[in-house]
Amino acid sequence: MLNQNPVWRYFLVLGMLLLALVYALPNLYPEDPALNISATRGGSVDDATRARLEQSFIDANIAAKSVVLENGQVLARFNSTEDQLQAREVANQLLGINFITALNLAPATPDWLSAIGASPMKLGLDLRGGVHFLMAVDMKAALDKNVNDMVQTFRADLREDKIRYRSVQPDLANSRVIVSLRTAEDVAAAEAALKARDRELVFSQGSDDLTLLVGISEIRLKEIREYALEQNITIIRNRVNEIGVAEPLVQRQGADRIVVQLPGVQDTAQAKEILGATASLEFRLVDEEGDLAAALEGRVPPNAELYYTRDGRPLLLEKRIMLTGEHITGANSAFDEYSRPQVSIKLDAKGGNMLSAATRDAIGRRMASVFIEYKPGTEIGADGNPILIKQQEVINDATIQARLGRDFRITGINSPGEAQNLATLLRAGALIAPIQIIEERTIGPSLGKENIELGVTAIQWGMVAVLVFMVIYYKAFGVVANLALVANLVLIVGVMSMIPGATLTLPGMAGIVLTVGMAVDANVLIFERIREELAEGRSVQQAIHQGYDRAFATIADSNITTLLVALILFGIGTGPVKGFAVTLAIGILTSIFTAVVGTRLVVNLIWGGRRVQSLPI
Amino acid sequence: MRIFYFSQPLNFMRLKWPAMVLSTLLILGSFVSFFTKGINWGLDFTGGTVIEVGFAQPADLPAVRQTLTAAGYGDAVVQLFGTSRDVLIRIPLRTDIDQSTLGDSIVSVLNSQQAEPVTVRRIEFVGPSVGQELKEDGGLAMLVALIGILLYVTMRFEWRLSVGAVMALFHDVTLTMGLFSVLQLEFDLTVLAAILALIGYSINDTIVVFDRIRESFRKLRDTSVDDTINDAITSTLNRTVVTSLTTVLVLVVLFYMGGALIHGFATALLFGIAIGTYSSVYVASSIAEILGISREDMLPPPPVEKEGENTDALL
Repeated sequence: MLNQNPVWRYFLVLGMLLLALVYALPNLYPEDPALNISATRGGSVDDATRARLEQSFIDANIAAKSVVLENGQVLARFNSTEDQLQAREVANQLLGINFITALNLAPATPDWLSAIGASPMKLGLDLRGGVHFLMAVDMKAALDKNVNDMVQTFRADLREDKIRYRSVQPDLANSRVIVSLRTAEDVAAAEAALKARDRELVFSQGSDDLTLLVGISEIRLKEIREYALEQNITIIRNRVNEIGVAEPLVQRQGADRIVVQLPGVQDTAQAKEILGATASLEFRLVDEEGDLAAALEGRVPPNAELYYTRDGRPLLLEKRIMLTGEHITGANSAFDEYSRPQVSIKLDAKGGNMLSAATRDAIGRRMASVFIEYKPGTEIGADGNPILIKQQEVINDATIQARLGRDFRITGINSPGEAQNLATLLRAGALIAPIQIIEERTIGPSLGKENIELGVTAIQWGMVAVLVFMVIYYKAFGVVANLALVANLVLIVGVMSMIPGATLTLPGMAGIVLTVGMAVDANVLIFERIREELAEGRSVQQAIHQGYDRAFATIADSNITTLLVALILFGIGTGPVKGFAVTLAIGILTSIFTAVVGTRLVVNLIWGGRRVQSLPI
Repeated sequence: MRIFYFSQPLNFMRLKWPAMVLSTLLILGSFVSFFTKGINWGLDFTGGTVIEVGFAQPADLPAVRQTLTAAGYGDAVVQLFGTSRDVLIRIPLRTDIDQSTLGDSIVSVLNSQQAEPVTVRRIEFVGPSVGQELKEDGGLAMLVALIGILLYVTMRFEWRLSVGAVMALFHDVTLTMGLFSVLQLEFDLTVLAAILALIGYSINDTIVVFDRIRESFRKLRDTSVDDTINDAITSTLNRTVVTSLTTVLVLVVLFYMGGALIHGFATALLFGIAIGTYSSVYVASSIAEILGISREDMLPPPPVEKEGENTDALL
């Protein structure tokens, strides 16, 4: 008999729908205004912190829904945004600047749903409010610095090998160094000497026989670019954590760009200030003769300053700075020959000379690395923004074992993690290629909320319009198509919630509305086909069977081309357009599924495999 | 219910030459408009700064303009956006000021003149290089989409139909952009997305008609090419109209309820879908016909034909 389906197929489709429904459910629960409280360097959040916070909220008469400790952070939920903002003040005053309080919207997903990994759709910045920055790294600056370093290094190297040169000049436009020598023998000797020290150098002849052009290999060029980009990303990540944003995004884009998205941040001026602030690094000798106890009481020796290490240990450092971070060209964590963690540091030629001179008479003494950064404090300045506080801390102090030069190592580090951390901070304090904001998009919270409401209303009324039309036009079959349409919406929302990378944006919502309009297309094709078959005098069962079969090829062909367009959109689009492409693509796939598989089952169930005189179509 | 019911196929192809002339004229008109009026590129493509602020009371635009001019932003364009309380301020790219902090400065200038502080609804800044790139990427996307479709349709159907389909898409995109140029509507990223969606929608429509043309060629043995195409278009007409209607329904909803940010998107698609429906009937099929499509082109190659007949019998 035609048009009958095995029972398992019903269970399969119902199962899929149920799965999508369950994963779509978290979107129905509203989000709680919440605070994320985490510790910065050196501090830690524990249950005692949690208890203190909870008590302080009670004292300030703020009703918190819950205050829990999760993944080393305290998450406090509130009933309203007012409570949330008030609570932030209270928390800031209680904890001070060693803790970060971030405003957040915490999904109120019930436990049984979170237990199976269900969570609401991620909302784009245009729906939840926040800032989006696109930053470009000035690669030219990184390359120029490298060329200038090469010039200094070459001069030193040639002098060391007693090769007389006329001049060593940077050629910044072509990222190379021009070395002029006096004799042909010197040219050969210079090339050999420089090549022996650095295999990545590329030599070519200049305007005359006595000029040598020294460039760097493509590989090294790429390394420098990657390094500049990575360094900037690391620094921005650290800074973003300081701003106190829940779920920030810092991502590289292309060869020299960085995307930063800070949901919920409204004060862009402050965010820019923090992202743009320069961190720096200083190496100083530890003043071991000074009286630390006296200094702690306020009597600091005239030639020294009082610093603290990350774990709060006080140290007296000499005022004289041995070296600043701008001379660092690289810092990597590694293991020494006894596989103990260490950090190896590379300096430029000038820095090498400075450190060499400074450490000549300091062997056996201790050298401290001081990391200096600016971060917003709790005080508010005249312009309404928090005043930036200069924060200095000793990130490492180690005994100088020998006279240090351009390459040196810091050993005696406790763990590989700590070594990695130190290397990151050393790099962050080094001079890097400057970055520039080339695109900014800020969406206020009210606009975000409005956009969601507009989108939801549009989807609702669009649905209603199509549902009514279909019932009028196709009668009972219209009802079947409407079931498919509703199932389609559930599937889209379910799939969007399941895919971790999918983000719902305003154009994405427009995409859903459009899909609602277009999703009926597959059913329209099928139903028109069935009508035609009936008009040609076929039996009801034949008409249903052929209607579905013949329409399928058309549906497949037409939707594959649309899918092609969606994929291209996704491939080249940015932000909101990408969001549109995602919903469009998901919508196409789910609408094929609901029309071809879903409505077929319903139609077969109602009319299939039995004697039916006419179809209500 | 049924919108159209025809016992005889309508003679669509009778109007193919008038339609070709009309379409050619419209395309030429669009190009004239591109060259004379140009396209009103939005911030996404030109670069610059856009600030949308909300006032507590209905905004006094002349006062806002005055404030901005006094502060040195005489080139700012100030207009209402959506409601009388929302004001959109556009500032073109300038080299003399730091663009990345411009938005914040404007807001503080406005606040200094205002009893109640304005609420910042959005600030967008796009650098010159980014705008240029977006334009190039958008053009590239359209080109890649058209080529992809050309290849797919050639593979699945026949080159004449493929050329017809791509010409129809070109027609739809040009006319929609032409509308934006003639009316000087702002062409931003969402409009670009709409045009790409339109390519998807329009090709969908065209393929449905083509599918039917192929089928009609195989089914109707002793009919002229014109009549075969007429038969195919007539039998898909109901579907074409119903789908366009449901899509237009939701787009009208989107236009009126989707908010000001989505306006351009809805406008482009509403117009594009009307044009796209016309073009899949007239442009795509007419061009394939004029290029000389015949029954032989549509029949499966001989060895496959047997298979085809078998399948037919089964069905």
